[in-house]
Formats: sequence, C-alpha cells, structure tokens
Amino acid sequence: MKFITISRRDDIPRNRIVLIRILAILLSIAFAGIVIMALGYNPLAVFRQMIKGALGGKIRLQQTALKAVPLIITTMGIIVAFKMKFWNIGGEGQIMMGAMAASFVALNYSHLPKTLLLILMALASIVAGGLWAFIPAIFKAKLGTNETIFTLMLNYIAIKFVTFLQYGPWKDPTSQGYPKVPDFTAKAILPNVFGVHIGWIIAIILVIVTYIFINHTKKGYEVTVVGESVDTARYAGINIQSVIIVTMLISGGMCGLTGMIQASAIEKTLTASLSANYGFSAITTAWLSRLNAVAAFFVCICFAILLQGGASLQITMNIPAAVADMIQGIILFFVLGSEFFLQYKVGFRKRLAKEEA
Amino acid sequence: MGGFFAAVIIAGTPLLFATIGELLTQKAGNMNLGVEGLMMMGAVCGFIAGFKTGNAGLALLGAIAAGAVGSLIYAFLTITLRANQQVTGLTLTMFGVGFAKFAGTNVMGSVLPASVKAFFTKIEIPLLSKIPYIGEIFFSQDVFVYFGYIIVLLAYLYLNKTKNGLNLRAVGENAPAADASGISVNLYKYIHVIIGGALCGLGGAYLSLVTIPVWQENVVAGRGWIAVALVIFASWKPGKAMVGAFVFGGLSILGFRLQSMGIQVSQYLIDMLPYVATVIIVIISTRKNRKEDMPPGWLTLPYFREDR
Repeated sequence: MKFITISRRDDIPRNRIVLIRILAILLSIAFAGIVIMALGYNPLAVFRQMIKGALGGKIRLQQTALKAVPLIITTMGIIVAFKMKFWNIGGEGQIMMGAMAASFVALNYSHLPKTLLLILMALASIVAGGLWAFIPAIFKAKLGTNETIFTLMLNYIAIKFVTFLQYGPWKDPTSQGYPKVPDFTAKAILPNVFGVHIGWIIAIILVIVTYIFINHTKKGYEVTVVGESVDTARYAGINIQSVIIVTMLISGGMCGLTGMIQASAIEKTLTASLSANYGFSAITTAWLSRLNAVAAFFVCICFAILLQGGASLQITMNIPAAVADMIQGIILFFVLGSEFFLQYKVGFRKRLAKEEA
Repeated sequence: MGGFFAAVIIAGTPLLFATIGELLTQKAGNMNLGVEGLMMMGAVCGFIAGFKTGNAGLALLGAIAAGAVGSLIYAFLTITLRANQQVTGLTLTMFGVGFAKFAGTNVMGSVLPASVKAFFTKIEIPLLSKIPYIGEIFFSQDVFVYFGYIIVLLAYLYLNKTKNGLNLRAVGENAPAADASGISVNLYKYIHVIIGGALCGLGGAYLSLVTIPVWQENVVAGRGWIAVALVIFASWKPGKAMVGAFVFGGLSILGFRLQSMGIQVSQYLIDMLPYVATVIIVIISTRKNRKEDMPPGWLTLPYFREDR
C-alpha cells in the first residue's frame, strides 16, 4: 500500500464514468468466459448459444419478453425501497404472497366476469405484497429493527407457506395425488397483446410512474431525503415513520403484482417456485441502474436476455440455467468493484513525487 | 429418543460450521450475506475433490479452499474496494449458487467413493460414549462432528482469552479506535472474513460428504440464511451458536419425526419455524438493553482511514 495513494474524487467527467462502467462489464464477461472454460466448456460457444437462445427468432424473443416483465416490475418495487435505503431483499416473499392472494381470488370467485376478476386479482396481489412488506416496515419505523434479515426471513416463510398450501389445503383433488394447486379457469388468465401477455404494458406504465414518483412528486422527494439522511428529514419536518410505511407498501405492492402476473399469465396456477429468483435478480438490476427507473428498464431487458439465454443452454447444451446466475454474479462483482474507481483517485507515489519536482 | 437427538446433531452440524464462520466475520465488522453461496461452493468443491481423488482429506481441503476463495472475493470488494457489504454478500450468494450448480453438472447423482464415506463413519469415543444418553447423542458421531465441537471451543477461547481475539473484537466494535491503537484493521478483517468463509465451505461440505453423499443441486437449501440468522440468535457468542445450531437443526427434522409417531403435522409448516423464530429474535434483539448482547458496533460500516 505504501506506493499507492488513494484520495477522494470530487468531480469526474461523464465520459469517464461511462468508460469505467463499460470496461467493468467487458472485464466481467471475459472473466465469466475464463470460469466457463475452467469448468470444461467452450465459452464462445456458450455465449453464442445464449444470444441465439434469447434473440434468435420470434418465439425466443417472446420468451425473453416474458422474463423481462416480472423483472422490470419487481425492480421498480426494489428501487423505491432502496431510494429510502431500506434494504428490501424480501421481493421473493412479496411476489409469493401476491401470487397467493391472486390465486385465492382466481380459485374462489371464478364466476365473476373476466375483467372484474382480473382487476380483483391484481388488487388482492398488490394488497398482499404490500402487507408482507408492511410488517418489516412497521418494525423498522417503530423500533428500528434491521430490515435486511427480517425481509429475508419473510421470503422463506412465504415460500414454505405456499408449499404447505400446495401440498395441503389447496391441493387439486382431481390431480390424483400429485401435489399441485388447481389450474386457473380461462377467465383468470391475462390476455395477450401482440403475442405477449398484457403485463408488458403494465411494466412500461410502472416504469414511467416510478420515474415520475421519485423525481417529480413531493412524496418521492421525501423518500429520497429519508434515504440520504434521517436527521435532515426530521429537521425538514418530514414524518419519517409514515414515509417508511407508505414507501414499503408501494414497494411490496409492485412485487405482489408481479406475483399475480406470473401466476395468471405464466404458471396459470399457484406454485411454490413461481417467484423464480426475480426478487433477488431485481436487487442486481436496481443496483446496476443506480436506482434510476428508466435505466433499470434497459438493464432489465439485458438481464432478461441473460436469463433466457441461460435457460436455452439447459435444452441445447445440457448446461444448467444456473450459469446465468453465475454470470450475473460476476458482472455485479466487477461493477461493484468499479464503483471504487468512480469515487477515488488511485495514484502512485513515484509519479506524484515527479510531478512535485 | 436418543436416536432422534443423535440425528439432531447431524442436522445441526452444517449450521454450526456456517454460524461460527459468519460469527467470526461479523466480529470483524463485516456482515457477509454470501453464506448460502459459500456453503454451496464448499459443498460442490468438496464433493468433486472427494469424488475424483477418493481422498477425504482432499475433499475437506477442496471445501476449505472454495469457501476461502469465495470470501476472498467478498473481502477484496468490501474491504479494499469499499463496496456495499449487503449487496456484495447477496452477489456472492448468487454467484456461489450458480457456480455450484454449473460445476456440479457432470457429477449430478454420482455417489462418493467408499474410501471417502468410510472416513466419515461413526466413531465411538472411548469412555465418553458410554455415558448414558449423552454418550449416544454427542460422542457416537463422525469425525466431522467432533471437529465442530473443537471449532466452537477454539472460537470461544480465541474471542475471550487471547490478545488477537480481543483485537478482533476491537476492530468490529470501533474500527477507528482499533486503528488508533495500532491494530491493522484491514489485515484483521481479511483474515477473519477468509477463515469465516472457509468454515462456511466446510458446513456446506458436511451436507454433500456426510448427510447425503450423493451430489444433488439444491443441497444447501436455505441453510446459509439460517446461519446468518443464528448469529443474531446467538448474540455473537460461540456457545450460544452451538445451542442454536442444534435447536434449529432439530426443528428441520421434527416434522418427519412427529409424522412417524402418528402425529399429523405438515413438515412445511414446521419448516417455517426457524425463520419465524429468527424474525422474533431480530425483533427482540432491537429491544435488548444488555450491552454484551448487542451486535458489534461497527458492523456493516466501512472504515477508510483517509476519510477521517
């Protein structure tokens, strides 16, 4: 360390930021290639297959879009919470609870007209997801309880509870012992628009709404202030407890809605694996987009390509889809590391000495 | 009944290693949420090393190396490059789980060679194993379990009776003060994060080498997160961590036991109990007033000398 000096950067040119980011992502892909090679596969073949699997042809593009929708909506939910520095890593659980509430409506009120049924399912999922986030929020607001572990544990409680329903009270009596929840009737399934279910329109609307909420509304500004400094917020007369609770209801509500969309349009029933790690992936995408809703939209599309590409490897090259998780992890490692070079200037003492002389 | 409690020890041992690992990490002021990923990496590397070489020692070494390398990535990012600890830890989990599933593709469903399994057969400790009940439960186990007892004892002695242990606690409690008193903060953080990661790797390896010596993709199945929670449950004390690991291990097999006794309880509801218990503990711990039960004061806070 003796020959290296580190000092805080105050200003950094914009093109430098972009350069460092791009460099980090290129390095991460190169590194991922090395790991893939070390495990005995040809990285170029793997990458080529991933791109082909995600973008080659109409059906694959549709599959990619189907993965982008839940990721975008969940990411919006996570962004709102992270803006407040509330580390909501409970997206998985909020998705599950939303899916469960929507399924309850779908299974018990299937006599209602289609539009009304779908709206009720959506509302139920938003309320359930919001309430699941409300629990840690109220403890954080009133007692200062650490939300990281709390939200994390609620994920597992939600998943185990849905598993219990799937194997117990909600088991389809006509499925001959196979533990599954009955399929939804056609009325409870979201309609398609241009070949992809209507969720993509909802996702685009939510990106715009989230962007406006955070950047152009008073409540959104309060969220940012609470996140930056609780003391400043208090001094400015912001009701911190109410901001925490409302923000988490919004955050959880969006995650819950993701659950409804997945249950209705993808699974067409309730399953314990329906959240499919979107709650965790959304943390990555939210972080990579620096909590900017519009940037997140594009990051999520890139990640959907990665996820769909990974899934296609399973079929064509017999490599588990988890390779996409590994690559996600590597990309984020490099981006996290690159933040340092945005905030600090690293110099060598030798050179500095020369400059002084 | 003794048989059930002996099974509890086996169910709790992976948790024990990971919890002590995370405890040491947190004592250095770093919350590593990558335990789940580290356990997966340890499980797969331990298994592959054992499968390819047929040597139990190399299997354990593989698990230790995997945990150490995984946590080195975390240490470099959070300590040297000052990245956010929570996000880095989560990323490590994502990476570790993905890596393990990928690396395990070719050994999926393979069984460990007999030479490795033989190393982990039950060994009755003379005299101790003859104590009624206690002997059957605690001292008729495999070497891995005994190693777990030793780790707990060593961690306790290290944290409470040695100068280095005291320095470590100072680093986690108040990094600037530790730095001012001449302790090398970053060195302490690196060493303990890496040792902690190696222990998490061993915890994962217990699952793939001993519990079920066949490679299966979801071998860790959320135990890493329970270990993170157990550290809070144990209020950062090795002795309590051991009790917690065995209690939570017991809960994980209680449902099947009750069902075999004719009591109809869903294992899925019982599976929720460790997580519910953890939530309750997290809530209670925020209300705790006893100073010795509090988390290390500098936990999750980065420390940079230049920023003072």
